[in-house]
Amino acid sequence: MTEPAISIQNVEKRYPSTHALKGVSFDIRPGEYFGLLGPNGAGKSTLISIIAGLTHATSGNVAVLGHDVRRDFRQSRRALGVVPQELVYDPFFPVREMLRIQAGYFGCGKDYWPWIDELLERLDLTDKAEVSMRALSGGMKRRVLIAQALVHKPDVVILDEPTAGVDVELRRTLWKFTRELNEAGHTIVLTTHYLEEAEELCDRIAILDRGQLSVLEDKRALLDRHPYRFLSLQLSGNGGALPASVERLIEDRHGDTLELKLEQGKDFIADVMEAIRDAGYRIQDVRTREPSLENIFVELTDHSHDTDEDAA
Amino acid sequence: MNWQGCFTLFSKEVRRFYSVILQTVGAPVVTALLYMVVFGQVLQGQDIQGVPASAFLVPGLMMMSIIQNSFANTSSSLTQSKINGNLVFLLMTPLSAFEIYLAYIGASLVRATLVACVLYLVTQLFVTVPIENPLLVATMLVFGGGTLAVMGLIAGILANKFDHLAAFQNFFIMPLSFLSGVFYSIHSLPEFWQKASHFNPFFYMIDGFRQGFFGVGDSDPLRSVVVAAAFFTFVSTICVVMLAKGYKIRG
Repeated sequence: MTEPAISIQNVEKRYPSTHALKGVSFDIRPGEYFGLLGPNGAGKSTLISIIAGLTHATSGNVAVLGHDVRRDFRQSRRALGVVPQELVYDPFFPVREMLRIQAGYFGCGKDYWPWIDELLERLDLTDKAEVSMRALSGGMKRRVLIAQALVHKPDVVILDEPTAGVDVELRRTLWKFTRELNEAGHTIVLTTHYLEEAEELCDRIAILDRGQLSVLEDKRALLDRHPYRFLSLQLSGNGGALPASVERLIEDRHGDTLELKLEQGKDFIADVMEAIRDAGYRIQDVRTREPSLENIFVELTDHSHDTDEDAA
Repeated sequence: MNWQGCFTLFSKEVRRFYSVILQTVGAPVVTALLYMVVFGQVLQGQDIQGVPASAFLVPGLMMMSIIQNSFANTSSSLTQSKINGNLVFLLMTPLSAFEIYLAYIGASLVRATLVACVLYLVTQLFVTVPIENPLLVATMLVFGGGTLAVMGLIAGILANKFDHLAAFQNFFIMPLSFLSGVFYSIHSLPEFWQKASHFNPFFYMIDGFRQGFFGVGDSDPLRSVVVAAAFFTFVSTICVVMLAKGYKIRG
């Protein structure tokens, strides 16, 4: 059986004041584009830090391509490239120099310099190669961080919120770039707060919530699991009151448009439309929408209905 | 052993101080020369241990510069990386604790040696200082500078801000180096302080170093080498264990 790209087994992390991870276990398969999602404080960054060797787990095991991150740290770190969330950089060196230094730490010498130039080219950084990081814009710094994570050609790449605060164009460029990396055989792990990003890019999705794995599923299965679809109707005419069977489905109402939430297998579009017509309205326009990852995410991580005991 | 990685970090650290060489080498040399001008003037005509006072000052000032610059190189680099957050790029690499230690200490010693050599050459314009035992000079430079580089690394690991580093430097390194015979022979001290000096490892660093130049000193040179080597080994062990455990640097 192939070795998982990342294996996470019963990982627990306790800080003096928080229990950041409460026994998390799952595998990330080689070659997949994996989304690691969760609200703020769910433990995503802690988990990434443990995988990268930046933090030690209180208990449990993590391995990258079969190499334990503590016992075989050299092999596990060689197999891994991490793009950190924060825009951190060494102010002393220009971009190309810094990338060569980073490659050198991994034991990659001059034979990696053409690869570094290729990275600069692909990330549109060639004309910034001799510029100090201090002089770069936020978006450019983000690109350098991505190049920095890839200098040693790692098999597994973790991107921790790479598109936070970047403009739409750069976001599109980064999407394309990571997709190409994935197609070239790299395993990609993405954490993001933009759920449409995960929906667009990821094959499989894990949702961490309050230090525990709440969902791990193929994206399609996860979307299908949501038992609702959304129906938007634009009405005209002076009809009377809508029947209770329709009223209970209304999520939102603005102007002459109704937003309805229909449960699959129970509420049928044809029935709803017929009931509205019977009430004396004309239906001018109909739109349906499948549930998005955002709907599912909110549903799975919404604790507003938790009891106090659960929340404690 | 990841030699290439270790050498990369070493050369990065050398280039880091070299890029601000006026501040890292020029300034300490000027400071030491000022000490020399002032104290040389005050002590003019006097001999210490049979050596003209102005010449006697030179190795002491060299070792003081070695001590301060070795400490400053590692401590400021590590603290800056920690505060900037870019230390993660080092911590995510396959470098072991020992390799990180070796690279930082090596770069610090390069800076310390550079400062000491420039200082020595410049002072030769004013006084003549022989080098009686070059091997002893080099040995004490490595153990003295190495010890302070390691202490700088430990201080960098412990410090959360530059203020902590300044406290370490001003309340610990400066007093120990000033009170260890940079400007005087401990024989000129009251008996209590003479005895107390023998418990100060910095005293052996300076005395052993000075004996390498003049062949005379307050203590047996072999004892100075052994004490400096033992202290270097002691602090190095603490430092490597801290790095290996990731104390205060790996969450």
